[in-house]
Amino acid sequence: MEFDPVLWGLHLFLLLVAPPFFLGVIAKTKGWFVGRNGPPLLQLYYDLFKLFRKGAVYSKTTSSIFRMAPAAIFILLIFAGLFLPIGGAALLYFRGDIILFAYLLGFTRFLLILAAMDTGSSFEGMGASREVTFGALSELAFFLLLVVLVVTTGALSLNGIFQWESLHSTFKPVFLLLFFSFFLILLTENSRIPIDDPATHLELTMIHEVMILDTSGPDLGFILYGASIKLFLFMTFAVSLLWPQTGGWSWFSLGFFLLKILGVAVAIGVVESSNARLRLIKIPQLLIANFVVTIFALLVAIFGRAL
Amino acid sequence: MEWLITGIILTSFVVLGSSRLASSIRMVALQGGLLSILPVLSRPSFFDLHGLTLFIISFFIKTVAIPVFLFRSLKQAKIQKEVEPIVSLHLSLVGGGAILVMAFASLRAFPLPTAPFPPLIIPAALTTVLIGFFLLVSRTKAITQVIGFLILENGVFLFGMTIISDFPLTVEMGVLLDLLVGVFVMGIIIYHINKTFDHIDTQALSKLRDVE
Repeated sequence: MEFDPVLWGLHLFLLLVAPPFFLGVIAKTKGWFVGRNGPPLLQLYYDLFKLFRKGAVYSKTTSSIFRMAPAAIFILLIFAGLFLPIGGAALLYFRGDIILFAYLLGFTRFLLILAAMDTGSSFEGMGASREVTFGALSELAFFLLLVVLVVTTGALSLNGIFQWESLHSTFKPVFLLLFFSFFLILLTENSRIPIDDPATHLELTMIHEVMILDTSGPDLGFILYGASIKLFLFMTFAVSLLWPQTGGWSWFSLGFFLLKILGVAVAIGVVESSNARLRLIKIPQLLIANFVVTIFALLVAIFGRAL
Repeated sequence: MEWLITGIILTSFVVLGSSRLASSIRMVALQGGLLSILPVLSRPSFFDLHGLTLFIISFFIKTVAIPVFLFRSLKQAKIQKEVEPIVSLHLSLVGGGAILVMAFASLRAFPLPTAPFPPLIIPAALTTVLIGFFLLVSRTKAITQVIGFLILENGVFLFGMTIISDFPLTVEMGVLLDLLVGVFVMGIIIYHINKTFDHIDTQALSKLRDVE
């Protein structure tokens, strides 16, 4: 784990600058599907720029948790991003960092929920309760997925899992199962359409958006920026599952990587345009089905090793 | 071949979790199709008369004839309500997961040689059979029970393939014909139940009443 300034610079650049662009790609795809132009690709950058110049308004009932949470979420997501190989090898890695990665993501959810409860608004409490309900199921599947990865690759860090130093024949049923399962987790965790609609502003149906009703100005900026980074992390994870990067970085592999992420972003856009949002009561069923698929993948993986 | 077997297991899970009759019938058709491709791949050459005939016949029966017939009886019976499980769909999925774990765990109890097939086929067959049983007991509609029966039969077919790879052609065709006739009879029964009782809920069939 020696310090390589080029690698660090590249990784941080990708992590900090690229994510909002891919949300623009998703929005463009959705716009194209309904026959509109869609917002500009760089819309989120403009939004963030606007939000960071504004001041924040705080309700009198909120405490310091509410003020602290958005920035903390943002920083935790960046920190989690250091453990995921993006482009080249991961910046930080050690045995067992998958647990840290999963818990950092869980911690951001926890902070978001705390901040939502802190406002004392009943709507936000409702959103928090939904987020916890679905999060509990999707995190279970995510953890199991990590277990499957550990079993199949024998590595204990994300870097080891996704760099495939020794083995790997990607095209096995296990990885396709994992990819589908993870894609659903991605949609759940990032509140995309079959689970939650990021564009809705009807309080009764929204999950993620309702929790940030009271945040404003730079805080909202941090939340939106953090959400795009989280999506970027998940897309990178999904891409690496199906088609991992090998070896160190080069301009070619970098471009290739960005193309793959672009493909996933378009896929998300297509899924969002071609599906209706599920009824809330149906979502746990989908997530349980997902969990069962992951169990299946685990069994196949263990079984494959035993032979 | 592992892909096909994985697909077979996944389709039975989709049936377990879906709340629409039409989509479960389509999934059973898909499963039948995957199943009929499997024996062709196990043979040394593709253009093998026995394998090819069997493939064509079983593909026709499992993915064309039976689903078409089921869709017809669905239309005749004018079924409005969709799948009505006794056990909720969430719980059936969890139950399916438990069945899966059980099937893989009991692998040691079935040390069967699976020569041309990957060893995954044994737990797959077991899972499919058990999910078929589960569907049979946990659904109330007669038509969903037919679907459960079909999945059960698919599982048995999968098992049979591992044990004896070379049935005589006539025996296999006889079995397929039996299946087709069975589904036909069930379809007719469904139609009659529906005509007499205005619904096909089998739970109501345990009570006797006068038919005017």
